[in-house]
Order: sequence, then structure tokens, then C-alpha cells
Amino acid sequence: MKILVCITNVPDTTSKITFTDNNTRLNKAGVQYIIGPYDDYALARGVELKEKTGGTLTVLHVGEADAEPQIRKALAIGADDAIRINAEPLDSYFTAVQIAAIAREENYDLILMGRESIDYNSGVVHGMVGEMLGINSYSPVMKLELEGSTATITREIDGGKEILKANLPLVLGCQEPIAEWKIPNMRGIMTARTKPLKVVEPVATEEMSAPVAYSLPAPKGACKMIPAAEAETLIRLLQTEAKVL
Amino acid sequence: MSVLIFIELDNGSIKKTSLETVAYGAKVAAQVNGKAVVLAIGDASSAELEKAGHYGAEKVLHAAGEKLAHENSLAYADVLVQASAQEQSQIIVLPKSGLGDAIAARAAARLKAGVVSGVTALPETEGTFKVTRSIFTGKAFATTEIKSEIKFLVVRKNAIEIDEAGLNTAGATIEPFSPALRDADFQANVVDVEKASGELSLTEAEIIVSGGRGMKGPEHWQALLDLASALGAATGCSKPVSDLDWRPHHEHIGQTGIKVAPNLYIACGISGAIQHLAGVNGSKCIVVINKDPEAPFFKSADYGVVGDVFEILPRLTAAAKAIR
Ligand SMILES: Cc1cc2nc3c(=O)[nH]c(=O)nc-3n(C[C@H](O)[C@H](O)[C@H](O)COP(=O)(O)OP(=O)(O)OC[C@H]3O[C@@H](n4cnc5c(N)ncnc54)[C@H](O)[C@@H]3O)c2cc1C
Repeated sequence: MKILVCITNVPDTTSKITFTDNNTRLNKAGVQYIIGPYDDYALARGVELKEKTGGTLTVLHVGEADAEPQIRKALAIGADDAIRINAEPLDSYFTAVQIAAIAREENYDLILMGRESIDYNSGVVHGMVGEMLGINSYSPVMKLELEGSTATITREIDGGKEILKANLPLVLGCQEPIAEWKIPNMRGIMTARTKPLKVVEPVATEEMSAPVAYSLPAPKGACKMIPAAEAETLIRLLQTEAKVL
Repeated sequence: MSVLIFIELDNGSIKKTSLETVAYGAKVAAQVNGKAVVLAIGDASSAELEKAGHYGAEKVLHAAGEKLAHENSLAYADVLVQASAQEQSQIIVLPKSGLGDAIAARAAARLKAGVVSGVTALPETEGTFKVTRSIFTGKAFATTEIKSEIKFLVVRKNAIEIDEAGLNTAGATIEPFSPALRDADFQANVVDVEKASGELSLTEAEIIVSGGRGMKGPEHWQALLDLASALGAATGCSKPVSDLDWRPHHEHIGQTGIKVAPNLYIACGISGAIQHLAGVNGSKCIVVINKDPEAPFFKSADYGVVGDVFEILPRLTAAAKAIR
């Protein structure tokens, strides 16, 4: 079993987002970066499946060198080796082309990633990679079991879930509760230092889209407080003032 | 030239969010002097599909049949590619949802097109094509230029205002569409579908009543369900609540759960952690009920009540029943 897990390098969920250079770049100063939380679920399940099947797990990141601590963390959690494609991933199509280029050479049985990155929230890279490789893709996957070359997948759908069986190879976008996030242990951290991390330059591709400017939402007005003793008036205010009832 | 608009069907009805997508797509079509064509896949009556006309579509391509009855993003993407070729579509609009994103991803990879997902406003179509999207789970916006010839826009709820009074009276014409289907897209075998029946879907709901750890346990949920039923609302919860199995996972709202954008979001005993806020910041009006006046949620709320949920909820339910 050859498993690839693709991870994003994103600001921590509690980060305050601001921009610099006349609102054309994200201000990275003081921002703590993490492995995308959904990717972290994918990685955790990937490690479990690697151990169960006695397979290999490669972690892949499309992005710049400042992601290396997060890549090392993925190695410490249990990936065998890592590939970093040295390019800023500003467009889903571009990112998918890079992942597909590696996957075409390596013939992975399973390509896992988060259902979406928490910076751009697009949720389209897994589908694009699947299409580019001509294999099936499913998302968001909440449960994944393997039996030989058949995967049993539980996918969240609007108001419930769908269970399906599909043959490998597959590309899957993952979310909880597919596995519990894993915290690297001391031994993992030590061995991660010497695991191979290959840096490759991106393959050439057309630029389909590019962000040109960023902005922040308008600040929220003050919250109108209603004394608990008069809680009923809330319903009237929602009807006549906010006009939402 | 046309704008092709994919709509989602639920039990033969067009989803409300998809009617918004139709209105959005029709406005884009008007901007670029194109034709607004809807693609509906799955079973629905002609009377239902004609509704797309009220929201500005000229024509609905309807692909039905047994194989397409169940949601299948692989096959649906293939159908969309065929429809876009027939209609010479340069702009393809889909609703932001798991299905919308999945179809956009596969179809755009095939058509070598740029996708912008999470669109929050109409595009600029004069000169370079630019559109604004939500990023960082609602914490910011990015204006993105799309350079490819074909452009995919995956549109969030509330991206445009719909004037219900100003809807067209004419329905859309319905045209049956019979795409060639590929076996490869039907390779997976759907074993089971578990869907809460009769439950209002969170992404479609106009009102959501949501509970956090302050609700203390599943046995206390009735008070929240009563308010929801008095308001015709769907119910949601915070992550710890679904982690503790007090409520099903599909009710979990936030950064790692469902993102919702109702007109009214009522949070009961939820502290307002940034990861929870990330899932609700598209709401028009937020009400917070929390016994702690320092709860961070009040900073993001429009109305707040400091008090005990168990005391406040029944009184709100009674007041809500009185106005209905
Ligand atoms: C990477 C990551 C992703 C996450 N994703 C999500 C997510 O998607 N969604 C999510 O919700 N969380 C998410 N979380 C968790 C989040 O950080 C919070 O822990 C969580 O939202 C807290 O849930 P809560 O408000 O229900 O509980 P608590 O924070 O425990 O708050 C309970 C609140 O109830 C109030 N209360 C108690 N009793 C009463 C009473 N009788 N009457 C009125 N009020 C009362 C308390 O004052 C308190 O404010 C995530 C965390 C991480 C690290």
C-alpha cells in the first residue's frame, strides 16, 4: 500500500488575519502556522492505514520553505518521507497540477488530504487531482476502511451520510471523525530529523486565477443587551427591528 | 455565449440555495449579454423546474433517469461538461456545497478552467474578470482575477439579495438533456444512505437554534428543540457537543463542521470560540444567550441575553408561539 498525504501550511485557527503591501499580501508577522486541521485528520488516518497494511506513507506539500517545521511534524507523526514542491500555492488548479505530476510518477494507491484548506476554503483540489489522474475522488470522508483494494467510505452529505464501496486508487478529502489528531512523540521527533525531505521545482502550467487584493469584513456594531427579566422582548425586536422573524 | 448554472435538487424540489444561485447566474448573464441556462440533474417535475425562470433563467436542461437519480459528483461533472459544450458556456455557476465544489473541481480540471469557490458578490466583467470570495473561513475576502477562458464560480449563500416581489412571472422552458454516461463514473457502489428524514437542513435553514456545552447534556435538549419548532428553525451545535455524542455529527457547526449563513442564528450556552464563529459569521443576525457576561460570543452578536438558558429558553418559546 502506497499512501500519499497532502498537507497545507496555514495560519492557526485562532490567528487574527491582516494584510500588508496595500492589501495585496497576507501579513505573516506574528502568525503561528500549523498543518491544516483537515489535513491533520487525513494524516492521522494515513498513518493508521500505513501501519495496518505495512505500507509506505509520503507527505507532500506545495509551498515555500517556511513550511518545513510543519513537514517535519508530519514526518514525526509517522510519514516515511516528504516532498515539498517549491512554489507559492495561490490557485487550486496550479496546486492540483503539481500534486498530479508527482502522483503520476509514483502511482499511489491512496491519496489523502483535508476536505479543504482553512485559508482559501475551496475544497476543490482533491476533485481536480482525481480528474487529472483519471481516478475517482470523494469528499468529505468521515470514515475509511480498507479491505484489499476496496475502500469502504462514509461520506457526509447534506443532513446525513452516505456509505459507499470503491476500488483503489482513490483521492479522498478527509474530515473528522476519520481519526484522532496525532501528537508526535519524542522518538518520532528524533527520527523525523533524518527522514528524507525532497524539494522539487514546480512543473510549468498556465495560471488560471490569482488573488489581486484582500479586504476585511466591516466591523460588527455593538451587541444590544436585553435584561434576562425581559427576555420575551427579544422575540419582538427580532420581528420588528431586525426583521428576521 | 451562455452562463451555465448548476442547481441541486432535493426530493424533486430545487433547493432554496440553488434558486439563489440561479438568480446570481442570471445577473451575471445579463452583465455579459449571455443566456442564462440552468442544468438540473435528477428527478423533478417540469412545474418545479420552470421555477428557475422566475429567478431569471431562460432555459433548463434536464438530465434525468435512474442512473442520475442519486447524487454522484463524478457523473454530474461529466454531464456538466457535456452541457457546457452544447451551450458554449464561458461562465459556469454552482452553489457552494460539497456537491457544488466536487462538480466544479472535476469539470474545471477537464475544461482547464479557473475555479473561484466561496464567491460573495457579483463579478466585475468589464476588462479583466474579477470576483470576490470569502477566505480564512469568513475572516477576510480576496478579490481574485480569473484568467482562463472558461470560468467557474462557486457561490455562497447570501451573495446577492433576492427581491421576492420582483421575480419574473414567466417560467423557464424545459429541454430534456440526454448525456452519454461513462461506466467509470458508476464504479463505486453506494451501500447505504442515512438521512435524517423530515429534518430541516442546516445549510438551507433561515433560522438556526444552536446549543453548546452550556446545555449540560442531551437530556436537556428538549427546551432548545421546542424553541426551534416554535420558530420553524433547524438545530445545530458546537463541536464538543457532537464530540460528546449529545447531538449527531451533521449538526456540528464551525471551522471543522458545517458553515451556515441563516438570517437568524440563536446560540444557547456556546462560548463563541473563534473556531465556532468561523462557521456562523455569514449569519445576518446573531442572538447569544449565555450566563457569562464575559462570553466572547457577545462581541460578535447583534442581540444578547445574559442568563440561564434553562430559564430563558421556555420563555422565548412561549413568546415565539404568541407571535406565530
Ligand atoms: C482546530 C480546531 C477546530 C475547531 N473546530 C470547531 C468547530 O468547528 N466548531 C466548534 O464549535 N468548535 C470548534 N473547536 C472547539 C472550540 O475551540 C471550542 O472549544 C468550542 O467551540 C467550545 O464549545 P462550547 O461553546 O459549546 O463550550 P464551552 O466553551 O465550554 O462554552 C460553554 C458556554 O456555556 C455557557 N453556559 C454554561 N452553563 C450555562 C447556562 N446554564 N446558561 C447559559 N449559558 C451557560 C458558559 O458560560 C460557556 O460560555 C475547534 C478547536 C480547534 C482547536
